[in-house]
Amino acid sequence: MSTCFLPAHEIARRLRQGELTAVQTAEDLFEQIHRFDPQIQAYLSLNEQSALRTAQETDAALQRGDELPPLAGIPVGVKDVICSKGEQVTCGSKILENFVSPYDATVIRKLREQKAVLIGKLNMDEFAMGSSTENSAYMKTRNPWDLERAPGGSSGGSAAAVAAGMASAALGSDTGGSVRQPAAFCGTVGFKPTYGRVSRFGLVAFASSLDQIGPLTRNVRDAALVLNAVCGNDPLDSTSADIQVPDFTEALREDLEGMRVGVPREYFMDGLDPEVEAAIQAAIQTLKNLGAQIDELSLPHTEYGVATYYIIAPAEASSNLARYDGIRYGYRSQNGGGLIDAYRKTRGEGFGDEVKRRIMIGAYALSAGYYDAYYLKAMKARTLVKQDFDRAFENFDLIVSPTAPTPAFKLGEMTDDPLQMYLSDVFTIPASLAGLPGVSIPCGFSGGGLPIGLQLLGKPFDEESVLRAAYAFEQSAALHDLRPPLMKGA
Amino acid sequence: MAGISLEDVEYAAELARLDLQPAEKEALVDQLGRILQYIGKLNELDTEGVEPTSHVLTIQNVFREDRAGEPMDREDALELAPDASGAFFQAPKVIE
Repeated sequence: MSTCFLPAHEIARRLRQGELTAVQTAEDLFEQIHRFDPQIQAYLSLNEQSALRTAQETDAALQRGDELPPLAGIPVGVKDVICSKGEQVTCGSKILENFVSPYDATVIRKLREQKAVLIGKLNMDEFAMGSSTENSAYMKTRNPWDLERAPGGSSGGSAAAVAAGMASAALGSDTGGSVRQPAAFCGTVGFKPTYGRVSRFGLVAFASSLDQIGPLTRNVRDAALVLNAVCGNDPLDSTSADIQVPDFTEALREDLEGMRVGVPREYFMDGLDPEVEAAIQAAIQTLKNLGAQIDELSLPHTEYGVATYYIIAPAEASSNLARYDGIRYGYRSQNGGGLIDAYRKTRGEGFGDEVKRRIMIGAYALSAGYYDAYYLKAMKARTLVKQDFDRAFENFDLIVSPTAPTPAFKLGEMTDDPLQMYLSDVFTIPASLAGLPGVSIPCGFSGGGLPIGLQLLGKPFDEESVLRAAYAFEQSAALHDLRPPLMKGA
Repeated sequence: MAGISLEDVEYAAELARLDLQPAEKEALVDQLGRILQYIGKLNELDTEGVEPTSHVLTIQNVFREDRAGEPMDREDALELAPDASGAFFQAPKVIE
């Protein structure tokens, strides 16, 4: 039987017991990819040869009786916004179509040190801007649970690959919900660490005060294993926090005795799908049965989160994306008359609609005469959103909510209405603005068989409480062996 | 805050060095107008005396010894350029 749906921690155990080889694991994985990825379209590129080489090295080390790092031989996919030396990094954009990274991101260096098997690069919304992965310049990734539906975004390729058994784990990036929302849509675990937990060196920048790399996995223990591997201070990222990284697997316990969990009333308002609401209420009951003390709380500035985010993120993006000028790397238009005109043509031809829209919002909001009204106002609103959480965490250890207001929507359903698409991140954005750690875990299904995600948010640098609650819930809900019907029997 | 005019779109596009087609500009007048109208919601908030947050962590300057590290190989960097000449990136003509 194929090993492609085995949990990463189970693969690790079998490798050490001599019940499985890393090469067999990688071969099963690539077989699954060749069978299903023509339909799902999660991978932008594959590294079959180098992956098999790493797997062979792991097997040789096992033969010698070497002590292996925890992720040795585990097949991991990487969102195509993270640089790996000698490999393409497109960011889902035409402007980087032929770009080959000359260096490794810190997270890639750490995965290589662990001898993780890097399978390939995963599709995404262009420059991580979007909630459906439809903004990729290359292809539309489909949701493995329903091929007519979006996998969420922007880490839609990562979520779809993990859900379809085409990666044991994947790295995504979360700026306003881009790990958690696709995890919810595809029925996987998606963990966004505290801002500063994971080095951003080699993560192509979208909004630098918000971006954070996080794992997508099929269970909570695997998320803890990947977090153990990638977290930590990095001299190459001055915003990475100089804080001790615990062994996150130690946090995984099966009860929630003494844990105070808050339910924000503002997250249960108009627009919340009734099936999602029912699943979340049932999940809250499960947390209670596990010993958590549940109380309602208020985060009064929740409704201002999306408006705040859609000034701050585009403002930072318009500045970060100024580097794509066609001079040092990437696409250059041949239609420009002189230097400035070449910049304009390069960017006009190289960027897609959503990226242009965000750059335009940012440039407008930062322009003379509008800075105070938009950007400064949004930075003050960000303070108010953050203070909501600071106050809540005086009385609570965790906050629980839906990850997204609806299950996965149909491909094309939102593309004509950018504002409507933005609002699908209403529950993930506030925690991003406050830099909090959060996870989305599967908590049930809609009547149509689509996964529903439960979001758990913790205090800054308290990933452990988030993992503990997620693990206890997962064990109790027993939904964690999730396989889309299309892949049953695979 | 008023709606967005075609002139506003052209001005922001100029700041952002973005060449936009006429149809793109038209769509942006409508889309940016609606997005900024939604964002106008922030005006309901009394932010008098509220400190702005540009960054969530208490960030301090990070210093290190001023010692030379290993730079990226020049050839590796130039290989990525759409156009290079000798040890330099080659840019389009600057002065018309």
